[in-house]
Amino acid sequence: MSAAHWRRAMNSAAASALARGAGVPARVPASRSRPPVARPVEVDPYADSSAPRWLKFLWRHLGPRHVLLPLLALVFPLVATPFFTFQVAAQALVLGLVALSLTFLAGYGGMVSLAQLTVAGIAGYSVAIFGVSGTAVSLGWPWWVCVPLALAIATVCATLIGWLSVRTEGIYTIMITLAIGVAFYYLVLQNYSVFNGFQGFQKVYPPTVLGIDWRSPLPFYYLCLACSLAGYLVVKWLVRAPFGIALQGIRDNPRRMNALGYNVVAHRVAAYAVAGLIAAVGGVLLVWYNGLISPGSVSTTWLINILVIAVLGGMRHPIGSFVGAVVFVLLQTFAIDLIDRERFNLVIGGVFLAIVLFSPDGLLGLWAWLRSRFGPEQAVTATTSNSRRRT
Amino acid sequence: MKKAKRIWMGSMLGMAATAVATTGPAWAQGAPVKIGLLATLEGPFAAGGADGMRGAELALAQRGGTVAGRKVEIIKASSNANPDVAVNAVRKLVEQDKVDIMVGPLSGSEGIAVKDYSKTQPNITFINGGSGAQATTLVNPSPNFFRFNTEGAQWMVGLGKAAWDKGYRRVMVIAEDYAFPYSQVQGFMAEYCRLGGKVPLKAWVPLGGKDYASTIARIPKDVDALLVVLGGADAVNFLNQYEAAGGDKPMMGGSITVSQDVLNYRGKRRDSLVGTISAGPLADAYDGAAWKQFVDAYRKAYPVSAGGYPSPSLFALVYYTNMKAALDALDAVKGDLSGGQAKYRDALQKLELRMPTGTVRLDGNRQAIGTTFVTEVVKDSGGNLTTRVLRKVENVEQLLGMPRDQFKIGTRDEPSCP
Amino acid sequence: MRKTLTWGLTAAQWALLVLVALPVAVFSVWAMVDNTRLYFVTLLNGLTLASLYFIVASGFTLVFGLMRNVNLAHGSLYLLGGYVGFVVAERTGWWILAIAAGFLAAAIAGLLIQVLILRHMQGQDLRQTMVTIGLSIVIADLLLWGFTGQVHQMEAPQWLHGPIRGLPVVNAYSAYRLSLLGFGIAIGVFLWWLLSRTRVGAMIRAGVDDRAMLSAAGVNVNLVFAVTFMLGAGLAGFGGVIGAVEFSMVPGEDTRLLLASLIVVIVGGMGSVVGAAIGAVILGLAETYGLAYAPTYSVVFTFLILILVLAFRPRGIMGRAA
Repeated sequence: MSAAHWRRAMNSAAASALARGAGVPARVPASRSRPPVARPVEVDPYADSSAPRWLKFLWRHLGPRHVLLPLLALVFPLVATPFFTFQVAAQALVLGLVALSLTFLAGYGGMVSLAQLTVAGIAGYSVAIFGVSGTAVSLGWPWWVCVPLALAIATVCATLIGWLSVRTEGIYTIMITLAIGVAFYYLVLQNYSVFNGFQGFQKVYPPTVLGIDWRSPLPFYYLCLACSLAGYLVVKWLVRAPFGIALQGIRDNPRRMNALGYNVVAHRVAAYAVAGLIAAVGGVLLVWYNGLISPGSVSTTWLINILVIAVLGGMRHPIGSFVGAVVFVLLQTFAIDLIDRERFNLVIGGVFLAIVLFSPDGLLGLWAWLRSRFGPEQAVTATTSNSRRRT
Repeated sequence: MKKAKRIWMGSMLGMAATAVATTGPAWAQGAPVKIGLLATLEGPFAAGGADGMRGAELALAQRGGTVAGRKVEIIKASSNANPDVAVNAVRKLVEQDKVDIMVGPLSGSEGIAVKDYSKTQPNITFINGGSGAQATTLVNPSPNFFRFNTEGAQWMVGLGKAAWDKGYRRVMVIAEDYAFPYSQVQGFMAEYCRLGGKVPLKAWVPLGGKDYASTIARIPKDVDALLVVLGGADAVNFLNQYEAAGGDKPMMGGSITVSQDVLNYRGKRRDSLVGTISAGPLADAYDGAAWKQFVDAYRKAYPVSAGGYPSPSLFALVYYTNMKAALDALDAVKGDLSGGQAKYRDALQKLELRMPTGTVRLDGNRQAIGTTFVTEVVKDSGGNLTTRVLRKVENVEQLLGMPRDQFKIGTRDEPSCP
Repeated sequence: MRKTLTWGLTAAQWALLVLVALPVAVFSVWAMVDNTRLYFVTLLNGLTLASLYFIVASGFTLVFGLMRNVNLAHGSLYLLGGYVGFVVAERTGWWILAIAAGFLAAAIAGLLIQVLILRHMQGQDLRQTMVTIGLSIVIADLLLWGFTGQVHQMEAPQWLHGPIRGLPVVNAYSAYRLSLLGFGIAIGVFLWWLLSRTRVGAMIRAGVDDRAMLSAAGVNVNLVFAVTFMLGAGLAGFGGVIGAVEFSMVPGEDTRLLLASLIVVIVGGMGSVVGAAIGAVILGLAETYGLAYAPTYSVVFTFLILILVLAFRPRGIMGRAA
């Protein structure tokens, strides 16, 4: 075996080691610390019930959290102040949606792309350029033309970015996407004929459809909630579909998947396209939330913030990005009341560092660890420790 | 597991509920007045923003912290010259912290975004901090956005004539590429072109770009002087690189180019700066009595050892002016902010503000009509660089003396006299 | 073996050469005729800027090449070195001391980062990168706290003050800026000597080729890693001090130089010092010519170069296949 072969083999072993170390969802859903345990055959608790099949299906698969969380999300704006609904909750949902695209790419595809916010920014700028805004450069097309157009443009750009980034090794992706993201920032900063430079576009508002002003807090929140829920469900469905399974296989061992006949590059680029579409939706919502878009919206700080949000929440499950977004927005809004506003970046950087050093799976990982430490004891523990002593 | 999750969610709900419940409005007479203060404490204008906050706090300290029997509480926020961050910060101050009056922001683009936001909050009064873009009060002005400082174009009135008198017939413009320098260049060129001067080349450089070697290389041989409208670090870099490259053309500075935060950068004083003419809302060595009082008060409250500048900067002055206006009008209505603040706004519109460099009135768009100084950089006895007065121009208004239909807001290409 | 045409280049390579070299040649001829002085001044500007980029990027590429660690705190180390150098220069008045201090400060910071944090995550490239991102945010904010947003402009030493006059075509040029070129060449020579003529360099090169084999050969890999990280960080700090004179020290410089290093290394190839030199020259020239001749489109050129390289040679010009 040549040295290059040896190293590639070592690196792919390292890749799966790092996949577990960096908090991507493990292939085997069992906990890492306990050896596999012989479980008794599960008896269907609803076998005797006379309820219809679909109801039994729901009872088996839905826990209380699947009901309580959506209920909480629906009812929340009715009890909270408009400020909370708009600036905290809606912003968290929008940022969470963009971070969701990163979680999908990084957690299930193994590719950490720092250009997700760039894709979102491309969608946002397209809405501003083709649609109605307070700036003279805009074309003023109606929303039902410019929004699909923006989504399409952003997805195409995401595919291009993906195609440029996937033909190299994993860690290259961070560098290349960061470079592309920053190059886009300088492009929109310096170009005036299309992107209006430092000024950007002001007064980019959602349209008034069906008589509802979609920028007032309540409708906007529900719009973001609907889009975030759609994105979340799409990701959850996709990772169980053949495409998603193949993607996770490619994440874990691209050589083997290649040998099995899967086109590794095509799968990765397709993953970028899907993530790009999710980020594009987030981008349109983001420009509507801010009411404006400028180069500062796609600056390096924000590229890194999306990564912080995704890592903060945990990349093992799509809900992690929303958890991370809520914590981030709360910190961003209220840190100024607790500590000196000027030291906000220190707090964010410190929290991010702490998470990466001590709980690489983010808050979700912390939660899982807490549950395993303090949760109810499993009945087979005695057998486990006995078997370990014997062998 | 289910129980733990329920407890967790219950506590989250409880926390959210208490947070929401404790932020109701407090609206009793004698209750403190909350004023939100926004400045750029990060990013390219961080040093200017810090000085602006010092100016605003000085205005309040001079009144002893109370106005008409009501205590005044300042709630600070920070931005980084990006409009979306500024709007988020203002929204928090207005909707979450429930401030009654909002003072800020500092940067031109932020000002336009905050003005757009102010239209959605008709019961709160917004007063400018330092932003100096023309469009804020000329294009779609907001009925509750007041600006008591003169803006970028007004600050340059008089410099065109001074340049012509010095014999400069062809001037090259080097300026940052955003709204505020456009207004500055427009203010200069409106007068200069009318007198017959020519501006053959305008070099717009990106904000924060540090490398001026290429721009310096483009300076034509036949220009008589350069008009440099750069701020902060950009200005310092340009000056150094220009001198190192052997440049010898006389320079004229924009208002923030010879501001104290630039003249006081950490490093060797550039003697080549001495003699640069400029124009702006202040001159460090102005000998008016009110100005001297202001400078003394600033020096006492913020000595150099505590982080202040040897003399208050432009940002300190404009924030001081706007905060003083807010407090003076509050005093005039005896602290009555009821009825959607209608009486307060009326008082603001009618206010004849006495500020350190003269009296300021508002025009129909709630834009200040004030004084501009044409200045020159000199070295004082302590070896510090300051500016002295060459000429004082009173009652400068936003339309610069032109009729409204002829007036065009400054852009990259307007005005033009090659 | 692919069919080669004249000069041993394949058809594809010929096409690329014509596609890139022809417009450049046409432009050069036009520009030289139009304004000769501007053309050559811009050439010098580009080469001197490239030298600064090369110095900073070479540290970055060394660290990546050997340890597969994308050190995104590289920019913050540049800033750290610059500020420390400024303080030393102000206190002692010796520019040489300032350079040494900046180099050492950044090298020590790099050593601490490697030994205390990164060593414990060996093999987890992604996690290491994210740690460096977090560190860059923290270091940048600590420096902002300590030095405030005020501009720190370092003074060039007396013997490099002012312009050199009497040069052909360009007439006058900043002496300090020209010295950047000298520094770049000196660092390049030093790195070449280190990598090809010393034992440490041989170990580094071996590690870049095959890390596992290096360990199997009995070399103390941890020590080699620590030394390399120190060297890489020190180069960033050194770049910070000499850059502090030309472009002052302000918060935000770290991001700018980090991005430049990223692009240089992507274009030039990971782990290759020669590649860093080539990438730096390309980037420096593209930036300065763009700023001089088409200011609102200068970044588009950089973008185009990046995309061209990524599309046709994803590993960079001098990058080696895995």
